[in-house]
Amino acid sequence: MTDKSNVTTSAPDGARQSEVSAITRFFRATEVDTRMLGMLGALLLIWIVFHIFSEGRFLTPRNLWNLSVQTSSVAIMSTGMVLIIVTRHIDLSVGSILGFVAMVMGVMQTITLPSLIGLESPYIWVITLATGIVIGGIIGGLHGYVIAYLTVPAFIVTLGGLLVWRGASWWVTTGQTIAPMDTTFRLMGGGPYGSIGAFWSWVVAAIACVGIVLMIFSGRRNRKRFNFPLRPLWAELTLVTVGCGAVLGAIAIANSYPWPKGIIKRYAASNNIEVPEGGIFIAHGIAIPVLIAICVGIVMSFIANRTRFGRYVFAMGGNPEAAELAGINTRWVTMKIFILMGMLCAIAGSISIARLNAATNAQGVLDELLVIAAAVIGGTSLSGGIGTIAGAMIGAVVMQSLQSGMVLLGVDAPFQNIVVGIVLVLAVWLDGQYRRRSV
Amino acid sequence: MQNQSPTASAVDSTKKVIEMNDCSISFGGIHAVDHASLDLHQGEVVALLGHNGAGKSTFIKLLSGAYKRDSGTIRVRGEEATINNPRDAKAYGIETIYQTLALADNVDTAANLFLGRELRTVWGTLDDIAMEAKAREVMGRLNPRFERFKEPVMALSGGQRQSVAIARAILFNAQILIMDEPTAALGPQETAQVGELIKQLKTQGISIFLISHDIEDVFELADRVAVMKNGQMVGSAPVNAVTKDEVLGMIILGKCPPGATPGPGAMQED
Repeated sequence: MTDKSNVTTSAPDGARQSEVSAITRFFRATEVDTRMLGMLGALLLIWIVFHIFSEGRFLTPRNLWNLSVQTSSVAIMSTGMVLIIVTRHIDLSVGSILGFVAMVMGVMQTITLPSLIGLESPYIWVITLATGIVIGGIIGGLHGYVIAYLTVPAFIVTLGGLLVWRGASWWVTTGQTIAPMDTTFRLMGGGPYGSIGAFWSWVVAAIACVGIVLMIFSGRRNRKRFNFPLRPLWAELTLVTVGCGAVLGAIAIANSYPWPKGIIKRYAASNNIEVPEGGIFIAHGIAIPVLIAICVGIVMSFIANRTRFGRYVFAMGGNPEAAELAGINTRWVTMKIFILMGMLCAIAGSISIARLNAATNAQGVLDELLVIAAAVIGGTSLSGGIGTIAGAMIGAVVMQSLQSGMVLLGVDAPFQNIVVGIVLVLAVWLDGQYRRRSV
Repeated sequence: MQNQSPTASAVDSTKKVIEMNDCSISFGGIHAVDHASLDLHQGEVVALLGHNGAGKSTFIKLLSGAYKRDSGTIRVRGEEATINNPRDAKAYGIETIYQTLALADNVDTAANLFLGRELRTVWGTLDDIAMEAKAREVMGRLNPRFERFKEPVMALSGGQRQSVAIARAILFNAQILIMDEPTAALGPQETAQVGELIKQLKTQGISIFLISHDIEDVFELADRVAVMKNGQMVGSAPVNAVTKDEVLGMIILGKCPPGATPGPGAMQED
């Protein structure tokens, strides 16, 4: 164990040493998930193909920025769906929960709260969001209770939920669309005002880079503490460089997408700024919904990987009986997963109505299928026990890329669905092939 | 004379650590365990024998908390115990190695060893590094050649998986150990290793219920045998008071030899 730089590069149990090629050695040293890398590669391929076929309109700051905003809502829900699918359940009701909670939040911020604390009060958005999250949690908890304690299959419970909550969302306003939303609340939906601007985007980038360095550093220190094999230094440096490079690149793109001229003119007029001859360049920066999605992703990854609850979720997925025998209160854990899912639906719902500036009866229709597809494309195994939060979020980006790419190409809507359906099946088949070979 | 277990002196026959009295459980009208009773003394190895479906595993699962008994009492160290789930049993220091091993296949060795009892940092998060360090320590004792700590246990061999299951049971200072067919998946060498481990645990004063098919093993390791048939207790006897043939007679016919204490399941001679 003294020669630390060498330990990780040797194959486990000293077998198959001769077969290890340079590429394998690289992956093993950096401990990078090759499956995730493959997915990123596929995403890049999709982007490049669309870029070529759309004559250079896909890989532009404007399109990528829009893509990021469009993905947020589904990406947020897909993080919860991972935990549900990992425990061998399914949730078909997320779109309807989103619709119901969104409608309640719409009524709250436009009718209930203004009459209580005044129109455009700065607290409206936070009270609305908090109430939405609580209601989402209660609905999820109800589903979870029936699934875990009354042992009705999740498929049936959430299929019922799909119908019940869609109907309930109609009842809230007897089908009327609620608009417009509270001004502050609307910031959660993105747009020029709902973005944090160039300066704060760079601040976020700096925080992210420091975070990456700290994470790798503390991992290294912890391994040293127990004399575990360390990654070679060059591998750590590669990870830091690639990680920070990706963050800075993404921010640079977000910061090179300017506000549209009309908005600038209005903004300048209301703030008494004189617009010079060539116009002013005000960058969007990261959109607030994207920031929310990233935070949700980080929190959910933390929950999945670093807490007892997350450990139990995966153990239950791998072997429910073993988890029960190990003394885990599997029912309560199941219920908690569904509570979490309901809360995430509320967050996704608030982004959805803020972006649309209206709460409609059709909010979130068919979202459950996008969310499940995102999780599954992202490597979550329907047979349980396997899945990552980051994977599901990338899966959501893949789904959204396909859709908005086809819109750019002017593909007819029915044909879009055909393509998405085929890609879903193909992705799962490929994943199965990959897993069979790697085990 | 039967072969006397070399560590028989560790048994403290004055201290009953487990007393299971009149325990029953039925599944949809089938009496899987029918008014069965069994004791375990400090530092004693009691082998539980019987055909497939005789109710051994079910009986012992009443003690490990995997099943909830319909009737009967369980006393642990003289006090009446409430065992309704595996957590309760573990709180009494009762650890179980299940026949199916009960491992979560998709997580690694350390995660399995500490499943349900994870070590946590001051922040309340999982302390994976500390758990892996402890896992390396305990696995090093059981299976020194074991190196695959980063892999999910589904990638391990049968023997390695078995040692993970055993390590989990002894990791938390168990006082009472239930081993359900611990050698069923193992080769001869690994079986011998488990035998050594049982003897070693016994010298530490740990009391063991051993469920086994292998009568040779049982005579080598156990202080006492108990035989079940059709969910009932045929009887129990110190290993040096009965012959292997007599024990086989108990298993197959339910016939209690003179050296044994008959139970409700014993064949009536008249």
